[in-house]
Amino acid sequence: MHELSIAQSLLGIVLDEAQRHGVNKVTKVVVRIGALAGVVPSSLSFSFDLIKEGTKAAEAELVIEQEPAQGVCHACGAEIDMSSLVDQCPSCTSKDIEFLGGQELFVDHIEAE
Amino acid sequence: MAEIEVGRSILEANEKLAEQHRERFVASGVKVLNLISSPGAGKTSVLEQTLGRLRGRLSCAVIEGDVQTDEDAQRVAACGVPAVQIETRGACHLDGPMIGQALAVLDLDSLDLLIIENVGNLVCPVDFDLGEDMKVAVLSVAEGDDKPSKYPALFQQAGVLLVNKVDLLPYIDCDLERIHRTSAQLNPTQKAFDISCRTGEGLDEWIDWLVGWVKG
Repeated sequence: MHELSIAQSLLGIVLDEAQRHGVNKVTKVVVRIGALAGVVPSSLSFSFDLIKEGTKAAEAELVIEQEPAQGVCHACGAEIDMSSLVDQCPSCTSKDIEFLGGQELFVDHIEAE
Repeated sequence: MAEIEVGRSILEANEKLAEQHRERFVASGVKVLNLISSPGAGKTSVLEQTLGRLRGRLSCAVIEGDVQTDEDAQRVAACGVPAVQIETRGACHLDGPMIGQALAVLDLDSLDLLIIENVGNLVCPVDFDLGEDMKVAVLSVAEGDDKPSKYPALFQQAGVLLVNKVDLLPYIDCDLERIHRTSAQLNPTQKAFDISCRTGEGLDEWIDWLVGWVKG
């Protein structure tokens, strides 16, 4: 995906929240990224570090919490963590799997002084 | 030190715009398709063959996305259908703001069907909601039968799969059954049509389904 434009959107939200709450220095940004969101965490960190300079988030630490992608096997009913969209059920090896989520990109919370 | 709960989607700006587009489409009673494929799979040829057969049955318009040139919009316009060209000048996918600009010059109330032909790319367009009702994936048999497995996000989200250039099957190694099996595993409710824009094979079935879907 496009980590730099995602980082720009992220920074926009962080600075908007900082302004709304009247804080001058953001110290931490915590985001939740689904395992199947197509985002490479190291690329996102790299891009965020590039663009945060000179803003209220210049010294903010970016914490990326990866959420596993979930699926359910229609053959045996097992709920499974999915690392790719074409997984086999680990219990019964069926490929009849319904994908339940794991593509989210969320700003959970920020910490500020 | 203050902890501030946020709970906002990072892509909220594009999501908000996509929802606005979606509401406009519903208000105008127009169904919208987002046509996605790699370069050269045959999206524009599919459009030409489809629009020709829809003349007199559905009122259509097209938004064309390309990095450069307006060749595709010209091809569509030659079919007698309004076409708006977006030249992205480097962007690898269409996004909400670009569609917004194109909608400014279209009379949505007069349309039954709007088809958005995305930039040729199996990866990036999938992640950017344009407000469409359905994504249509176009895959030509010359691209390899491993593509649904290699690019699962598109095939999982596409409500329709058009497998194009089937007239070439005698001349290339392509396991057509593998394409259908792997794509159907990703999206069990997907409708699939084997077509050839060159010979016309399969197009009637695609058109009949499309008319039924638009009017349904």
